[in-house]
Amino acid sequence: MSGGTFVGMPSFPKAAHEAVNNKTLRGNLRHATHTIRAKRANAVAEVSDWAELREAGKQIKDHTLRHLDRYLVQLEESVTAAGGTVHWAADADEANRIVTYLVKATGESEVVKVKSMATQEIGLNEALEAEGINAYETDLAELIVQLGKDRPSHILVPAIHRNRGEIRDIFAREMSEWGRPAPEGLTDTPAELAEAARVHLREKFLRAKVGVSGANFMVAETGTLVVVESEGNGRMCLTLPETLISVVGIEKIVPAWQDLEVFLQTLPRSSTAERMNPYTSTWTGTTDEDGPQTFHLVLIDNGRTDTLADEVGRQALRCIRCSACLNVCPVYERAGGHAYGSVYPGPIGAILSPQLRGTQSEIDASLPYASSLCGACYDVCPVAIDIPEVLVHLRERVVEGGVVTRDGAKVVLKPAKGHAAERAAMRAARWAFGHPGALRTGQRFASRTRRFHPRTLPGPGKAWSETRALPTVPAEPFRDWWQRTHGGKDASK
Amino acid sequence: MSSRDLILARVRRAIADVPRDDTPYDQAFERGYLREHGDRSVEQTVDLLAENLADYRARVHRCDADGLAETIARLLAERGSTSVVTPTGLDPEWLAAADVTRVPDRLDSTPAELDRVDSVVTACAVAIAETGTIVLDGGPDQGRRRITLVPDHHICVVRVPGQVVSSVPQGLERLDPARPLTWISGPSATSDIELDRVEGVHGPRTLEVVLVSGE
Repeated sequence: MSGGTFVGMPSFPKAAHEAVNNKTLRGNLRHATHTIRAKRANAVAEVSDWAELREAGKQIKDHTLRHLDRYLVQLEESVTAAGGTVHWAADADEANRIVTYLVKATGESEVVKVKSMATQEIGLNEALEAEGINAYETDLAELIVQLGKDRPSHILVPAIHRNRGEIRDIFAREMSEWGRPAPEGLTDTPAELAEAARVHLREKFLRAKVGVSGANFMVAETGTLVVVESEGNGRMCLTLPETLISVVGIEKIVPAWQDLEVFLQTLPRSSTAERMNPYTSTWTGTTDEDGPQTFHLVLIDNGRTDTLADEVGRQALRCIRCSACLNVCPVYERAGGHAYGSVYPGPIGAILSPQLRGTQSEIDASLPYASSLCGACYDVCPVAIDIPEVLVHLRERVVEGGVVTRDGAKVVLKPAKGHAAERAAMRAARWAFGHPGALRTGQRFASRTRRFHPRTLPGPGKAWSETRALPTVPAEPFRDWWQRTHGGKDASK
Repeated sequence: MSSRDLILARVRRAIADVPRDDTPYDQAFERGYLREHGDRSVEQTVDLLAENLADYRARVHRCDADGLAETIARLLAERGSTSVVTPTGLDPEWLAAADVTRVPDRLDSTPAELDRVDSVVTACAVAIAETGTIVLDGGPDQGRRRITLVPDHHICVVRVPGQVVSSVPQGLERLDPARPLTWISGPSATSDIELDRVEGVHGPRTLEVVLVSGE
C-alpha cells in the first residue's frame, strides 16, 4: 500500500503518542469532529427511513461482494461497449505501471487529479513523479496537504489537522513553487483561501490534457461511473481533459442503476452532513463531443480479494468512504489520522489496512487495538459494517495467528511478536481452570498474601498497570465463601 | 495468466463459501425505504425545491412563461454580464430581452475561451425537491458539461411542476444512465477549512435557478 510515505511506521501507540500531546492538533481535531458529528446527526434525522436505507445499502453491497466475479465481468463488458478501455491491476505496482504507461502514451507530463483514496493507497503521485510526470491534486484539502508536503489525515477532509492560520502560511510559502503564487496580503479567512486555490488551480485545469480520478460507484449493468464532490474540481478533471483515467477498487461496484438511489441518499448525509453534495458527475464510457474522448478504467485488487476471502472481515469492503466513523471515534479524535499509518485512518482504517496489507508489520499488528470498542462507529456506519466485530476478529488473528489469504494463496500466520505475555497468561489461565485443586490453592495463597501485592505489575505488565488500577484480591476466595455460607443462605438466617 | 484472470480467480476462491444457488439480485434485498419522504401536493413539492435550493445558497426566482425572457435579462443585467454561453438547443426566446453577446457552445472552443465568458444559461433535465438538486443530462437545451462549469455564473431554468420530482429514487427513474449527468445542489462549495462552508471554489460561484411555470 501507499508508496514510501508509510513504510516503517511504528506501532499505533507510538505514533499516537506525539499526536495526543500536540495541543493545536487536538484542538483542530476536536473542533472539526464535533462540528461534523452534530451536523450529521441532523442530516440523518431528516429522513425517516434511515434504518431501511442503511439495511438496503448493506444488503446491496453484500450481495455484490458475494457475486463479485460476475459483476466485474459485467462491468467490463458495459464499460467497453460504451467506448472505455478496462485494465486490471493485481497490486499497487501494476496499477502504477498501467497509469504511467497510459499517461506517457498521451505525450503529456502533467495530470490533474480529483481526490481519490485508491490512488493514494497505491502511491500513484510518487510513482508518476519518479517517471517525470507531475500530478496536481485539485481538491482544496488535498492541495493543502500536497503543498504542505504533508500526509492526509482524514478520508473526507484530508487537511482536518490544519487550522486556517497554518493553511494561510502554507499557501503563502508554497504556491509559487507549483504555479501561480498566492496573492499578496493573503489573510486566513476561508473565503480568501478558497479564492487563492481557485486562481492557482484554474490555470492548471484549463490546460490539462489528462485527468486522473477514482470513483465512488461503478454500475455493472450500465458501465456508469459516479464521482461525488463539492468544489467542482472533480467536474473539471472529469470534463475538460482529452483523456480520463479512473483508478477504482474492485469493490466499488453496485449491480444496477436503481441501486444508486440508496447510496446517493446515505453517502452525502453521512459524510458532509448534507442532503446532497453540491456536485455529482456520472459518465458512461465516452460521449461524442462532450468530455474526454479517451476513457480508461483501471480496476485494482491490491489486497481486496484477500480481504474478501475472510468471511468475517469481508464486510469492510462494503465501505463507501463516508468517514462518519472517524468523526465519532474517541480514539481518532485524540490520536489524529496520521497515527494510523495508512491512507485509511480511523475505525475503518483500523480494520481495512491490516486486511489489505496483512498483519505482519508493526503498525498493522497494532491497528486492531487502536479502539476502545465503544461501538459508535458501527452505529453511524451507513452500510452497517460491524467494525468492533472485525476488530476483535483481527485481534485474535494477531495474537493466535492462523490461516489467512495473502496474494490469493492460503498461508498460516504465526502469532505476532509482542503478545508473548498475553499468550502465556492465557495458557496459564487455561491450565488453572482445568485443575480445580491448583486453582483453589492459588486463590487461597493470593488472599493470604494480599497485603504484599504490588500496586503495579513487573515486567511486560508494567505499562498496562501504569494507567490502570489493579483489581484488589478479596480476603477470602469466592469459592471458600460459598462453601462456608452455602451461597449466602446462612447469612439470611 | 493475465491480471484479469488472476483477479477473477482470486475472487472466485475468496467467495467459495457462497452457495451456487445464492439468492438472485431481484430477490437479494428488500427495498424497504420510502419512494418519497412525506405527502406533499405538487405545489408543496415545488415550494420544497425552492426552499432546499435556497438553503444551499442557490438564488431562486419564480416567473411564468411570459416573464421568463425578462427575468433572465434582469438577472444578467444585475450581474453586469456582457457575454453568455448558450447551448445549441436553447429556446432563443429565453434571451430575447437580454442585451448580451451570445457565445454558442462550439466544439472547437477552448476552455480558456469559455473562461472569458461571464454567464451561462441552460435548461435542466429534472429537479429533485427533497435534496434541492437540479440535474443536467447534456440535452440540446443544456449543452456540454463544460459550459455550466467554467463560467462563474449559471442561470438554470426549471419548468415547474413538469420537471420536478420529490425524491432521489424518482429522479433516477427519469434519467438515462447512458448520458453524462451533472447533479447540482447549490453553487460550488468547500468545507475543507475548519469545516466552515464557503461557497465557490472551482465551479460557478453563483447559481441562479428560475422556476418557470405555465409552459
